[in-house]
Amino acid sequence: MTAITHHVPDALLAAYATGNLPEAYALVVAAHISLCLECRAAYEAHQVGGGAVLETVGAEAVSEDLKSNVLDLLDAPYRPQPTYPRAGVYPGPVMEALKGKPPSWKSVGLGVRQSILSSGRDGSVRLLYIPPGQAMPDHSHNGLELTLVLQGSFSDSTGQFGVGDLEVADHDLEHTPTADPGAPCICLAATDAPLRFRSLVPRLLQPLFRI
Amino acid sequence: MTQPPPQVSAQTTWMLAVRDQRDRDAFAALFDHFAPRLKGFIMRSGTGSGQAEEIVQEVMLTVWRKAGQFDPARAQVSAWVYQIARNRQIDVIRKENRPLPEELGEAPEAEPDASQVLALEQEAAQLQQALARLKPDQREIIERAYLGELTHQEISTQTGLPLGTIKSRIRLGLERLRHELKELR
Ligand SMILES: [Zn+2]
Repeated sequence: MTAITHHVPDALLAAYATGNLPEAYALVVAAHISLCLECRAAYEAHQVGGGAVLETVGAEAVSEDLKSNVLDLLDAPYRPQPTYPRAGVYPGPVMEALKGKPPSWKSVGLGVRQSILSSGRDGSVRLLYIPPGQAMPDHSHNGLELTLVLQGSFSDSTGQFGVGDLEVADHDLEHTPTADPGAPCICLAATDAPLRFRSLVPRLLQPLFRI
Repeated sequence: MTQPPPQVSAQTTWMLAVRDQRDRDAFAALFDHFAPRLKGFIMRSGTGSGQAEEIVQEVMLTVWRKAGQFDPARAQVSAWVYQIARNRQIDVIRKENRPLPEELGEAPEAEPDASQVLALEQEAAQLQQALARLKPDQREIIERAYLGELTHQEISTQTGLPLGTIKSRIRLGLERLRHELKELR
């Protein structure tokens, strides 16, 4: 496996570590950290920063019975959250978003498939499957777009992106990612609004395909 | 029985006693230290006293239940508690599930390396001092970021914000992760 060369930029990592990123983006960053020691170290360093703020931001007296309530609950039965381990190319947080099931791929034309993980007001996140040599349809976007490679690689005007690499694109970047020869490229992609594909699918059909 | 390493902070000692012996007195000591700080932290973002205490209760119960994951060579107690508190706040207040990275490998070592634990505590203390020395307006911004009040956009446009330098101040982290991963292979 080649080394990761495209990491989470500082501000984005800080926003994730402090819990300030919308869920769609946070999923992509969590998936990258699952694959990348350097960004994991930075994430854990921010936790130390958070701990320092927690220690110094100022205490507020708690009600008298809170402590006894908590101590009484220590032995109470509880249902632990299920954990989802990595499966194949999909890191744990992606498996969690898939609820442990394989992606349900839907064709969007020219061999490209997608599996929407979540789509809401604050952003959407999906898996994309792009056959080798296939360009992702020319598209532009309104805001921040994060793309994490999980299998294969793609290239665009800004460089080549392999497994674990994260591409951060904003509204200034008009780019045409193309899957490299070899294995099909599987990516995890988050946007703050539905992607506007320029070609391939007429705009009228977009609500239908949700792309 | 695991002996706590010498000279580490009281919080780490309590946390290890909770993790390894399910020690209720040590948990009570952690509660006395963290519950008021957590409540203050949560109320700073505008949450009312009642709801803040509900979150404090959930956070402290998570500290007890997930104690097995605490690794003093990787995280300071306050850093670990901070993370749990932010996760809970996001669940409750934003009604979102916060995606978290995979846990790394196996359960933490039963016998933590005292020198590693101490080195991490020293780095954390230095970071805390560095934050305390900031000018009040910069300190305010740092606090607001860690309280969860700044958007990504706001964090990006804060030029000169020392947030970006925090990862280089905690230098041991990356080394330790590399070491840990090598052990797993
Ligand atoms: Zn990285």
